[in-house]
Amino acid sequence: MARMKFLCDAERCIDCNACVTACKNENEVPWGINRRRVVTINDGKPGERSVSMACMHCTDAPCAAVCPTECIFPTEDGIVLHNKDLCIGCGYCFYACPFGAPQYPRVGNFGSRGKMDKCTYCAGGGGPEAPGSAAEYAKYGSDRFGQGKLPLCAEMCSTKSLLAGDGEIIAQIYEERVAKRGYGSGAWGWLTAYHEDITV
Amino acid sequence: MAMTTFYARIRFILAAWLILAALAVATPAFAQQSAPDGAPDPDASVVDQKTLLQQAPRIQGRIDIPDTKASVLEQPAGRSWVYFHEILLHWFGAIVILGMIAALTIAYLIMGKIRISRGRSGIKVHRFDAFERFSHWLTAVSFVLLGLTGLNITFGKLLLRPLIGPTAFTSLAEAAKYTHNFVSFAFVIGLVLIIALWIKDNIPRKVDIDWVKQGGGFIKSKHAPAGRFNAGEKLVFWFALGAGIAVIVSGYMLLFPFYGTNIAQMQIGQVVHAVVAVLFVAVIIAHIYIGTVGMEGAFEAMGTGEVDLNWAKEHHDLWLAEKLAEEPPPGHPSATPAE
Repeated sequence: MARMKFLCDAERCIDCNACVTACKNENEVPWGINRRRVVTINDGKPGERSVSMACMHCTDAPCAAVCPTECIFPTEDGIVLHNKDLCIGCGYCFYACPFGAPQYPRVGNFGSRGKMDKCTYCAGGGGPEAPGSAAEYAKYGSDRFGQGKLPLCAEMCSTKSLLAGDGEIIAQIYEERVAKRGYGSGAWGWLTAYHEDITV
Repeated sequence: MAMTTFYARIRFILAAWLILAALAVATPAFAQQSAPDGAPDPDASVVDQKTLLQQAPRIQGRIDIPDTKASVLEQPAGRSWVYFHEILLHWFGAIVILGMIAALTIAYLIMGKIRISRGRSGIKVHRFDAFERFSHWLTAVSFVLLGLTGLNITFGKLLLRPLIGPTAFTSLAEAAKYTHNFVSFAFVIGLVLIIALWIKDNIPRKVDIDWVKQGGGFIKSKHAPAGRFNAGEKLVFWFALGAGIAVIVSGYMLLFPFYGTNIAQMQIGQVVHAVVAVLFVAVIIAHIYIGTVGMEGAFEAMGTGEVDLNWAKEHHDLWLAEKLAEEPPPGHPSATPAE
């Protein structure tokens, strides 16, 4: 069984935000919600690195563990989906997430949060809607995965920095890259997300 | 003429050397490592994740969007917070709350309801006026609602969700979340009123030490002296004040997330809120016990505001003495009409 992961090659990321734009467009993500974002470390200084970050679809996902209504769950492929019908917008998954993936629409009083939204690996949603249906699309975004496709962010990455796919395959791609070019700052977030790292 | 030319030459040479020296110092040292193909190594000056996480608990950078929370690339402490919430808090809550209930059950089985030793006299003494009772019940009812809805966040999915199913549980949990958020204001008002009304009578005094020494009214053979509030009640008051402030401050941090706080502060706020709330629930369970089942003649103090004379004599003798000096109780020959 394939175990789906993301890997962002920080040495190739040029902060072009194509991944962000692709995700927003493909999934019709509403204003204010940012499923994917690019963070630049040491901006303007030597050793500046940009990393594209969304949900990492962690092993033993902390968001799933802490959810008071148990609306978040991993699929067979390791993709972490959630059921918006069961979400109460408590915000705990954001406190739990090491990567800041959960997003909430502002629905009103105080810091009141609406239903949580996050990267779905372009695999639709965890609700009762039929996979690939219009109802599912309206709530969760596209289901490319059901059609055998990979997330659009990685497909649109201009430098092939953002890799998505089976964890072993993308780890191998990255290792080969590092060996060939002689440098690499590692798989950002892998140790926290998957409890395993890639040695470079 | 020869001298100026000489000095001019010296100045010229000196200036040239100074410029050269300045350039040598200013030129950045190109002592970087090379990649296998001989080119400069792009990672020579990069700080990797491990080093960054050793320097600070979070990796933070620059972003293009207004949401400042998004600038945190990685905060591994999220997993630790989940360990606290799912493991430590579950055990802590269960042990403290169930432990308190067990202790009170045992106390009731051993002592039973603490009776008024000389039985009821039938004469009533005024103890709490309408405003005091209102303040107490505002706080009390708010607390029960807040406590139940709060415990639902932690324990609901274990205890309630399997019984009523996911959809019904979500409806309930959503209503509970809004209840918790809105009723919190009533609790704040009630607590402020209680503190304002009763802080004077809750200042610790010497008589409280005697009350404790005499067994606090739990040992029938001894007499424990007390003022308007005994040492036990004073402990509950000061605990409620401290714990109340803690849950209110942390609660409002949670109610206005990231309004001036970062992710670590939000996690700490949640931890404080949960731990203090669990202790608060346990203490209030004990308070409810002693005020209802645990002691004869106690509930009416807050229910009607009037208490039996013999109950007052037994449990709050100094307060009763002051009261009788001011106004004799109804039923007494020289009584003033009841208000």
